[in-house]
Amino acid sequence: MSISTQSKSSSPVKNSLTSGQRPKWLVPAVMVAAVVVGAALSALIGFGIATWAIFSAVIFLIAAPIAVTTIEGSRKGSDAALTYVVYAAFILAIIPLISVIWTVLVRGVPTISIDFLTTTMGGITGTVDQAAANAGDRPPGGALQAILGTVAITFWATLFSVPIGLLTAIYLVEYSNDNWLGKVITFLVDVMTGVPSIVAGLFASALFGLMLGPNTRMGIIGAVALTVLMIPTVVKATEEMLKIVPNELREASYALGVRKWRTILKVVIPTSISGIASGVTLAIARVIGETAPLLVTVGYFERVNLNVFNDWMATLPTFIYQQLMRPVAPTAPDPSTDRAWGAALILIVFVMVLNLIARLIAKAFAPKTGR
Amino acid sequence: MLTNLSDSEERTGRRPGGETSRSSLANADTSGGRAGDKIFSGLSLGAGILIFVMLAAVAIFLTWQASPVLDIPATSVSGGEGFLNYVYPLVLGTLVAAIIALLIATPVGILVALYISHYAPAKVAKPVGYVIDLLAAIPSVVYGAWGMTVLSPALAPFYTWLSENFGFIPLFAGPASATGRTMMTAGIVLSIMILPIITSLCREIFIQTPQLHEEASLALGATRFEMIRQAVLPFARTGIISSVMLALGRALGETMAVALVLSTGGLQWSLIRTGNNTIAAEIALNYPEAFGNRLAELIAAGLMLFIITLIVNFIARAIIARYKEFSGAN
Repeated sequence: MSISTQSKSSSPVKNSLTSGQRPKWLVPAVMVAAVVVGAALSALIGFGIATWAIFSAVIFLIAAPIAVTTIEGSRKGSDAALTYVVYAAFILAIIPLISVIWTVLVRGVPTISIDFLTTTMGGITGTVDQAAANAGDRPPGGALQAILGTVAITFWATLFSVPIGLLTAIYLVEYSNDNWLGKVITFLVDVMTGVPSIVAGLFASALFGLMLGPNTRMGIIGAVALTVLMIPTVVKATEEMLKIVPNELREASYALGVRKWRTILKVVIPTSISGIASGVTLAIARVIGETAPLLVTVGYFERVNLNVFNDWMATLPTFIYQQLMRPVAPTAPDPSTDRAWGAALILIVFVMVLNLIARLIAKAFAPKTGR
Repeated sequence: MLTNLSDSEERTGRRPGGETSRSSLANADTSGGRAGDKIFSGLSLGAGILIFVMLAAVAIFLTWQASPVLDIPATSVSGGEGFLNYVYPLVLGTLVAAIIALLIATPVGILVALYISHYAPAKVAKPVGYVIDLLAAIPSVVYGAWGMTVLSPALAPFYTWLSENFGFIPLFAGPASATGRTMMTAGIVLSIMILPIITSLCREIFIQTPQLHEEASLALGATRFEMIRQAVLPFARTGIISSVMLALGRALGETMAVALVLSTGGLQWSLIRTGNNTIAAEIALNYPEAFGNRLAELIAAGLMLFIITLIVNFIARAIIARYKEFSGAN
């Protein structure tokens, strides 16, 4: 009877099911209030978008749970607090990503031109840079030598690490039978994942330093350093892929009297090739941006050098580092900075394209699952 | 299971007598035969052992090349007071940068992982996972460049304000760096770089929380917060710890972000003044021009870094291995 009277009455709040719950407008209202108060507070210390956003967020994160607590109790209050904090953390994590990509695009795109992609830094001296900076021109010079160097060194690193990584994964999955050696290798691969990139560079440098004399710089040393970093990624990716090949396939092959090595080569690997290929591509994407090991093993060079067995080379990461830390014209660093961002854009495009290729490979060549 | 089976098959194949016709048939069928099997298993075993050799070689060659540092008289080491006095500020600086990074990245990383696993609608969760992976794919030198040219100038006024208002705390003692290229900025850039590690590992673990535990908790009237506290976090605790340890290993060894962002100097308490240095940055900045004793010195510092990260990674892996059976940490 009371229900019928309530439904007739004009105020909708007096429902026993919704009593004690916060009205729908509460949280948006707190949000608006937080934005207003945040603006006022940030105006006190000199208005800025950043301070405004920070103050508003902090006030909201404190005020909203308190508002919910007073209406619905502390349990709902803490639940609301965690919800808002989780969302805030997500936004906080996204901000730097957007900022990085925005910066690279805004500062890199104007630098990119056919000239930038097809010329080197040969002949670009401080005076040239100074003149370009004074005239407000596009920065002279280009990153061709760095692009070619990166491709060459990454190619050699891939050439070294893929066979080793692939065979190691095959040993772990197909041969080790979980014996002690398999466990040790698995553990060492995990440890290897954690080797700092600069230590890998030092190792390669020390190794070749002993053989060829200290301070030797060659592309191949950098490739060895990158190999150390790349192998664990390749092993892990391949291992995962080999593990999910159904045992029935192997058993069917054995039942036909096929040898184990032919089973692996003709049945197991073809089945998992898409996963392996995408894993290798991701591993390349990971090492292509490594800077520190190349800095200590390959050095930097202004012109094209494609011979990895002789002399210093330029790579995109070291090119960026060099342009930022040692501008060509110390008094006019702007052209150098522009070139650094142009190279950063090329590098990021490389990485993103590799990631995309990995996804496409995984999708396109995935074994047919049947009906 | 599978390898057991294949082993037993090999054995039966070799057994003389009743099975010979079958094995000869197998031989006729496959061109390579037994030799191919031997070669292939030998090759893969060799590759596995090569991993072992390689890691051992890293340690051996670094130790070898670093050993001259013990013979150098204390006065000719950089700083002139012996190797230990040279290296300990670097070790402390490395730890400080990593700790700042962890203090920021751990809570944010775990919360973002929670967002992906328990808060975001299914349609949003997957793209967000991609975006976090994207964060991991950006090369460190780009982060360094961003930290140097965008983040440092943005933070400089904040540091000035911090030193004016909280200067009595030694960590924020002034005068603040005018460029903002300080330990604090380096730590923040590092935290952005290790965030994806923590998030992606924690997400994996949070997703594996037994559905029944979560539903039981919710059925008893728990709010989502209580459900996460009762069901998700206890299940994931070791996984979270190991993900943080792995991130620590990465933060300790990260070079470019620090080398580009920090304008280096001697060890000091203040995080917002010019100064401090890390092992990795010291090596990257000085190795290209180093020779003789200086080379040995830097390699010895690199060896210290290797040992520190090795210990951290050992602990992380040990935790994972130990609790593998009990939790989703894998």
